[in-house]
Amino acid sequence: MIQAHALGKRFGDKRVLRNVELAVPRGGFALVTGANGSGKTTLLRLCAGLARPSEGELRVDAERAAIGYLAHEPLVYRELTALENLELYGRLYRVPERRERIGMLLERFGLWDARRDRVVSYSRGMTQRLALCRVLLHEPALLVLDEPYSALDEAGATLLDELLREERTFVVATHDPGRVEHLATTRLALA
Amino acid sequence: MNYLADVRTLARKDLLLELRARDTLPAMLLFVVAVFVVFHFTLPAHSSDLAASGLLWVAILFTALLGLGRAFVPEREQRTLDGLVLAPCDRSAIWLAKSLATLTFLVAAEVVALPVFALFFHGVDGSTVAGIALADLGICAVGTFLGAMAVATRARDLLLPLLFLPLAIPIVVGGVGASTASSPGRYLGLLALYDALFTLLCWASFEYVVAE
Repeated sequence: MIQAHALGKRFGDKRVLRNVELAVPRGGFALVTGANGSGKTTLLRLCAGLARPSEGELRVDAERAAIGYLAHEPLVYRELTALENLELYGRLYRVPERRERIGMLLERFGLWDARRDRVVSYSRGMTQRLALCRVLLHEPALLVLDEPYSALDEAGATLLDELLREERTFVVATHDPGRVEHLATTRLALA
Repeated sequence: MNYLADVRTLARKDLLLELRARDTLPAMLLFVVAVFVVFHFTLPAHSSDLAASGLLWVAILFTALLGLGRAFVPEREQRTLDGLVLAPCDRSAIWLAKSLATLTFLVAAEVVALPVFALFFHGVDGSTVAGIALADLGICAVGTFLGAMAVATRARDLLLPLLFLPLAIPIVVGGVGASTASSPGRYLGLLALYDALFTLLCWASFEYVVAE
């Protein structure tokens, strides 16, 4: 599903990725590790289609509608409620049976009772759960997750463990690979 | 139809955010009224109506700039532009929706500003109102486009006026002409041409502005 060859990315004079080789088959699980500043986020942004390579080739066999990207930031509006945020994205992604899907995700991630609260009142962990709802809303075939366990408590992390075992293609970047090491079919350590 | 639905969804979001945060419209209202009060005292007594008409356009332009500067603040602070760009809708819908939301704020500010202007200076005729309506379209189309460009830079607060004001010169020429000329038709035509040309340009090139 993802093929990268000699992939590189520069921001002005600064080279943040160099000669990356990556092949993730459909249904595969790519685990991306590396120290701070090694280019994990940049690689994930390239895979999600948010950035263009400066060098090399990158082929992602998925349309925008089939990609779910979890960033460092939750990509939700703090002044809107969880429901309003998911309604917004649900409409833009043309999610069928939107209301039911949103309700199901909010239940699954334990946010149903807080669905009418503005996100600004959420804890960091609740916001991360909402971000996961946003990412899953349109049933993406490819999930690109940047530090997905960040801010999640044990219950949230367990929900994420279940998600990562689903039949999808995953590209996951993390500082703490121990939790998902056993799922990985492809490993990429960025220096 | 999907495109219009996306625009409606995104514009509704911007209006809802403003309703909750009340960041932009109150600031624009206070600013434009304050500007008229200041102009009222700075313009020499017995100045001509022509001078006051010029000041009306200065006030409109800078009030719009205030609103445009805030247009992408939620997207910048919460990095939500990435989320919108990832969605499978036409990216120009983001620009069009944001332009419409900014236009709403600007028109709302003008609904208050024009009576205040009439109170301090002189009445506003039909050709001036037509000029303002046409100018608003161009201001919001071009300003929102430039706002999206500026938001990605560190010097965004400086960059937006630097980019916008030179491009707004034809709007000022057309607007002042529509307010003061004895036959305002050709000035209104200039504004309509500006709107058509720049709206088309912004719509066609917004995709490249938001792509990294």
